[in-house]
Order: sequence, then C-alpha cells, then structure tokens
Amino acid sequence: MSHAQPLIEARQLGVRLGGETIISNVNLKVFSGQIVTLIGPNGAGKSTLIKALLGVHRVSEGQLTLAPSTTIGYMPQRISIDDTLPLSVYRLMTLTYRAPRLAVIDALRLTDVPHLIDRPVQQLSGGEFQRVMLARALLKNPDVLVLDEPVQGVDFNGEVDLYRLIQRIRDERGCAILMVSHDLHLVMAATDEVVCLNGHVCCTGAPETITQQPEFTQLFGHKHADALAFYSHHHDHNHSLAEQGRHIHD
Amino acid sequence: MIELLWPALLSGTGIALLAGPLGSFMVWRRMAYFGDTMAHSGLLGVTLAVVLNLNLTVGIALVTTALALLLFGLQRQRRLPSDTLLGILSHGSLAVGMLVLAFSESVRIDLSGLLFGDLLAVNRGDVLWVAAILVVALPVMALIWRPLLAITVHEDLARAEGIATERIRIVYLILIALVIAVAMKIVGILLITALMIIPAAAARWLSKTPEQMAVGASFLGVLCVWAGLGGSWLTNAPSGPAIVVTAVIAFAVLLTVSQIRQRLHR
Repeated sequence: MSHAQPLIEARQLGVRLGGETIISNVNLKVFSGQIVTLIGPNGAGKSTLIKALLGVHRVSEGQLTLAPSTTIGYMPQRISIDDTLPLSVYRLMTLTYRAPRLAVIDALRLTDVPHLIDRPVQQLSGGEFQRVMLARALLKNPDVLVLDEPVQGVDFNGEVDLYRLIQRIRDERGCAILMVSHDLHLVMAATDEVVCLNGHVCCTGAPETITQQPEFTQLFGHKHADALAFYSHHHDHNHSLAEQGRHIHD
Repeated sequence: MIELLWPALLSGTGIALLAGPLGSFMVWRRMAYFGDTMAHSGLLGVTLAVVLNLNLTVGIALVTTALALLLFGLQRQRRLPSDTLLGILSHGSLAVGMLVLAFSESVRIDLSGLLFGDLLAVNRGDVLWVAAILVVALPVMALIWRPLLAITVHEDLARAEGIATERIRIVYLILIALVIAVAMKIVGILLITALMIIPAAAARWLSKTPEQMAVGASFLGVLCVWAGLGGSWLTNAPSGPAIVVTAVIAFAVLLTVSQIRQRLHR
C-alpha cells in the first residue's frame, strides 16, 4: 500500500475536559484503506481521542489535520434510545442527513439488514442495532469510518461476523477505518495497525510486533501478550476468523 | 357568564398546542424534573413582578428564562449530580418565593391560584400573550425539530454530524421557560409540567413517529384543557387539578386500550 498523505493526522494532540487532562501528546496517522485499532484500559481516553478527531471535543493542544474534503462516518459506543421515543430505523438513519429511502436501503444492504428499515429501533437485537448503526455511518459514503466499540452488546458469534463485515467493507470500499476495541484477540486479526493508548500513545505497530513491546506487556500483562502472539502466528494461515475466535476458549 | 370562560379556554388551547411538542421532548429527554424546577421558579417571578411592578407574565418569563440559562451553565459542572442540583434550585426557589410573598404585607396574592391555577384570573391580556408566544414559538419549534431530535437520540453523534447542539438546547429551554410563564395562571406552577408530560406520555401509545406523538399530545392536551376547564367551571374546582385529572384519565384509558390491542395482536 502506498500511503501518500494521511486522511487524519494528529500531532501532539491533547484534550482537557473540565480542567482535567484526558489525553496528551497523541500522535496518530490514519491512511486510506487502513484499519487502525485503538486499544487501552478503561479511562485511557480512547473515546475522547475519537471525539476530538470528530470535532465533538475541542482540541486543547497540538494539531489535528484532516485531508481536504475528507468525510467521516461515525458510529458511537452502543447507544440506547428511550422507549418513549417512537423511532424507526429509517428515521434513525436520516436524523441529520436527509437521504431517500432507496439510498438508506442500499446502505443497510451493505451490512446485510435491509429488511429492518421500518422496524422500531427498540425492537432490534444488539447485533441488529450495531449493523444498523454501521450502515448509518456508511450512508454518506465516507472516506473514514470511525467506530467506537462496534461489537458492544453483540453475542460472541455476532462479534466475529461483525469484525469480518468491517474488514469486508474496508476491502470493498477502500475506506480507512479507525476503531476502538476492548477485545484484543478478535480485533487483532483484522487490523493493520494497533495504537495502544493510556492517556498518551504507549506503543504502536502491526499486531504481530506490538505484543513484543515492553509497554504493551506492562499495560495488558503477559497473558494477553502471549494469547495475541499466538494469534499473530496463525495469521498467515487460512483460518477463518470464526475458527480463530474459538481457539481462544480451547 | 360564559364569556368569562373564553379567555381561559383560548389561552389554555394555545398552551396545550405548544405543550404537545415541547412536552414530548421533555419525555424523550427525561427532563420532567427539569421542567418542574423551571416551573417552581415561576413563583419567584411573581415576587419579582410584584416588587418591580411589572406585568406578571413578564416577571415570570424573566425568572424562568434566567433559571433555564443558569441550569444550562450548571450542567457542565460535574461536582453535583444533576438531580441534586435540580432539587436544590426547585425547592429553594419555591420556598424563597413563598417567603417573600408571605412577608410582603402590602400585596395580597391568591397563593392557591398561583400554585394550582385559577381560570377566572385569566384575562384578555393573557390571551394576547399566549397568542404572541404561539406565533413565535411554533415556527421556532419547527425549525429546531430535526436537530433537537438528533440531539435527543445521541448528543455526541449529532455534534459530530455538524449540529450546533448547545444553541439548539438553549433555544428549547427558552421555549419551555416562555410556555411556563403563560401557562401559570391556568394550571398553576405546581402542575405545569403535568400538562406537558401527561398528554405526551398518553400519545406515545398511539404513535409510530415522533411527529405523530407530538401532534397527538397537542390534540389530547387541547381536549383535556377543554374538559378540565368545563368541569372546573361547572363545579368550582380549581382549574389546574381539573385539567390534570382529565389528562391522567386520558392516559389511563389509552394505556389500557393499547395493552388490549397488543394482547389481541399476539
């Protein structure tokens, strides 16, 4: 892959919220066609970083550069919509962006859920809801997909499917994907670059190499590092994600 | 004698029309307590109007709007949980308002009328106030409808997608403050939020879209105001409780009907 210019570039980026420094000195580049995964413990500032990139939080220090006319599709952490709000999937998809029904169906088709278009959002299962939100993020045909814990609230098999789907979307559309994830094992196989965050960037690299970095084992312990090393070993085989996933529990 | 009822009927209708969409958002955004707090501060507005010799509606509108802005600012702090904060402001402003009114011997004010509404207190001037606010608030509501809905679903998502979330939220709060100011005479400060929330909650059972719920709430609200005022007129009951009881009955009936319908469809 030739990476001329990054779509998103953060240089020494810092965010303060309510007088408290949440992240500082973050350097990050996201290139077209690349899947970058942010990992890190709870409270490490993963969501904060993403929200700063999206313009939700103000950048308090450093620099944030987006390539000209870059569009971003955003899927926030699992959201719950109050039962009192009567809202169909179609309305959810078009809250801030008026799109004709056919365009919405097309987007839902990308995540294999076009039949849900008229369903009340409260009646969706965890997996269905995340697929709808993923389709929603894809609706504007973005250059970058930003996904904050896309598999939250999804059962294990669904998780595997969803990661595979995300990879397929990248392959088919060539967009960049920046993703926050908790489950190290599954996500590693589908990632080009891992950025490990804990208030600042601890370490970054390809999944095969990052587990050998001392900062990584310090943050996640040897257990995880070993498990992941095991996976990167199997990476070059032709195992399906589902099989890899099951190995973990052997 | 019936002509005495007209001002209350007209302004009550206008208020119920506005309360439909505003109250629906109050339900969706779980702001019932928030609305209560703003309504309770209305009593301070009465005090202000009396002390400064202002029009009553203007006095209330000033205080409720100021409180809306104050609450908006305080929401950013993280030291106090927001319901504690609302409790302090809500009961604090109610108590201060009562005390000031109790000690100012020069003014005689019908306290129970302020708290629970008095349809005979509504005059032509009040009808004009309601009309003026209706003319301003309905188009504004239509304008902020879609962005406010997006914020209600998920604030950060709306913001990431280019919506000026703070501006929209402030406009919404000011609209509530204004409606509270004109609704006080009819329903009373203790029951204003009921007129916003109960019709909206009742309309939920009949609605498949947010717009249906808002319009349904307006429609139900108007019916409740008419029935409540009629009942209050005939029985001499205070108008606020009469309207609210009607609304509660409507809610219970619609809830039962929807439950039965659900059973049948299963």
